[in-house]
Amino acid sequence: MENTITNREAEPVAESNDLSLVLTPLEDLRGFLFHHLGRLLLFLITSSSVIAVFLIFFFVIREAMPFIKEHDLIKFLTSKQWYPEADTPKFGALSMIVGSAYVTVASLIFAVPVGILAAVFLSDIVSFRIREIVKPVIEILAAIPSVAYGFFAVLVLAPWLQNKFGFTTGTNALNASIILSIMALPTIISVAEDSISTVGRELREASYGLGATRFETIFKVVLPTAHSGIIAAVILGMMRAIGETMVVWMASGNAAQIPAPWWNLSQSVRTMTASIAGEMGETVKGSDHYYSLFATGVLLLILIFTLNLISEYFLVSAKKKLGKI
Amino acid sequence: MPTSTIKNQAKSDHIDSVVSLSEKKTSSSKSELDCQCPVVKAENFSFYYGSKAGVKDISMEFYPCSVTAIIGPSGCGKSTFLRSINRINDLIPNTSVKGNLFVNGHNVYDKNTNLVNLRQQVGMVFQKPNPFPKSIFDNIAYGPKLQGVKSRSKLQQIVEESLKAAALWKEVKDDLKKSALALSGGQQQRLCIARALATKPNTLLMDEPCSALDPIATGKIEDLIGRLQSDYTIVIVTHSMQQAARISRRTAFFCLGELIEYGSTVDIFRNPGKKQTEDYVTGRFG
Repeated sequence: MENTITNREAEPVAESNDLSLVLTPLEDLRGFLFHHLGRLLLFLITSSSVIAVFLIFFFVIREAMPFIKEHDLIKFLTSKQWYPEADTPKFGALSMIVGSAYVTVASLIFAVPVGILAAVFLSDIVSFRIREIVKPVIEILAAIPSVAYGFFAVLVLAPWLQNKFGFTTGTNALNASIILSIMALPTIISVAEDSISTVGRELREASYGLGATRFETIFKVVLPTAHSGIIAAVILGMMRAIGETMVVWMASGNAAQIPAPWWNLSQSVRTMTASIAGEMGETVKGSDHYYSLFATGVLLLILIFTLNLISEYFLVSAKKKLGKI
Repeated sequence: MPTSTIKNQAKSDHIDSVVSLSEKKTSSSKSELDCQCPVVKAENFSFYYGSKAGVKDISMEFYPCSVTAIIGPSGCGKSTFLRSINRINDLIPNTSVKGNLFVNGHNVYDKNTNLVNLRQQVGMVFQKPNPFPKSIFDNIAYGPKLQGVKSRSKLQQIVEESLKAAALWKEVKDDLKKSALALSGGQQQRLCIARALATKPNTLLMDEPCSALDPIATGKIEDLIGRLQSDYTIVIVTHSMQQAARISRRTAFFCLGELIEYGSTVDIFRNPGKKQTEDYVTGRFG
């Protein structure tokens, strides 16, 4: 200490550099331009993704307009008859709507309990080190291309289902639901785990301090506190399942029908997304069939958009509840 | 350095006046005869985070019907020790203990310890008010419900008693259904005390319960502690020496994980036996 003090005293004071504290007009102009041009540029870059969303909405709706104008929308939503290329074409999308709802709900029945329990396990049961290894591995599930899942569905799961349970076809609603649930899991686990982890140590300690067991603490304090985030996780998983195309196209069997009886998962279904992807290549641009597929697309967009709003609402209220906003 | 001497002088004068106040209080409180048997007793107790000792070789006893304060500079292990008593430190991975710690004659670090019962007998109030994001009623009823109390009227009775005991009943009796998070910080802390009382403990551990509160709320909590001491063994960790002097009968001084001195509050502040204690209570370090 003493050394440094003496050293500092021994050194000469740095020479004053006589820098002017007033901006020259050129510097002033340059600063002005950089400030405003930079802001404009960054604004444009940032807004490009927002603009992309609006453009997608605009074009899909524009292409769907001829169909919406000329056809009975009620019939589109409630008829099961989808014969777009017949002499008197019929556009009843109900079986596709039901097909989408069907595989989505069925996949969530698998994925939600598993996802939430896995999230609890990761956040409250295993040690920090194991969590740091397992969580990225789970998140890799989300990075696997969906066509790879499709291969698995067609080559492994379909024959297995057919042989094991004697289904007439292995590519059916059950197959698609299983694969979709695996694909929805990383989203659900990751978002749910985040929201469970933000329930602070304080609340857990309060619960343990009152004599609660780990089980009671998780189910009576942690999960209720994190419920908004968990709902958001489920909805995000749901969006993943509804929007998925490749897997359902490969695994669901693609029959535009409503299973009968309704709980019969072993029958083939077709979803809205698979219908769009599968038929778009075969339509003539500007035909009724072409426009009807865009109308299906509008329906999907509305669905996803609504779900997105709902999940956003729950994520914000989750943050508010924990006092993070 | 004349200014600092004057400051110290002023500080010790202040403490003197506070101590004499607490002396008056002590003399007027009930006789010590029925409060001789220790409720919590540590014997050569050490607590380790990994290989680093949080507290080393603590031997001391806490007596019923009184407030014992633990003071000491930050990181001295006072919270660690407090949190070992109801084993809430178990939640931290990689910890271990040596020595014995008895609560009501039972060594709580025995394998056969019933942690649920231990924590219901030894209630805890934390540094930051931590009510559950539930209604006021559900916050208080949480512990009793865990104990298996189901009847609504019984729960209502417990909630009312606990809130009254924590001097919060008058302020919240009309909105028991309101979220506990809508209360002010001081009210939340009294709610946490009420919540701890609802499981009918005999000991209350308080880990700097006023450090997040303003002076008025602190005053209310201190009044409350003063009233509760006739029924409970209260151990309070505090950063504020004035607070220790105001509310406690005995004071323990911790430094670097060791118990330096333990005695009546009056002695610790008036005639500390060790130089280290004297330096700390007169504000020369810490």
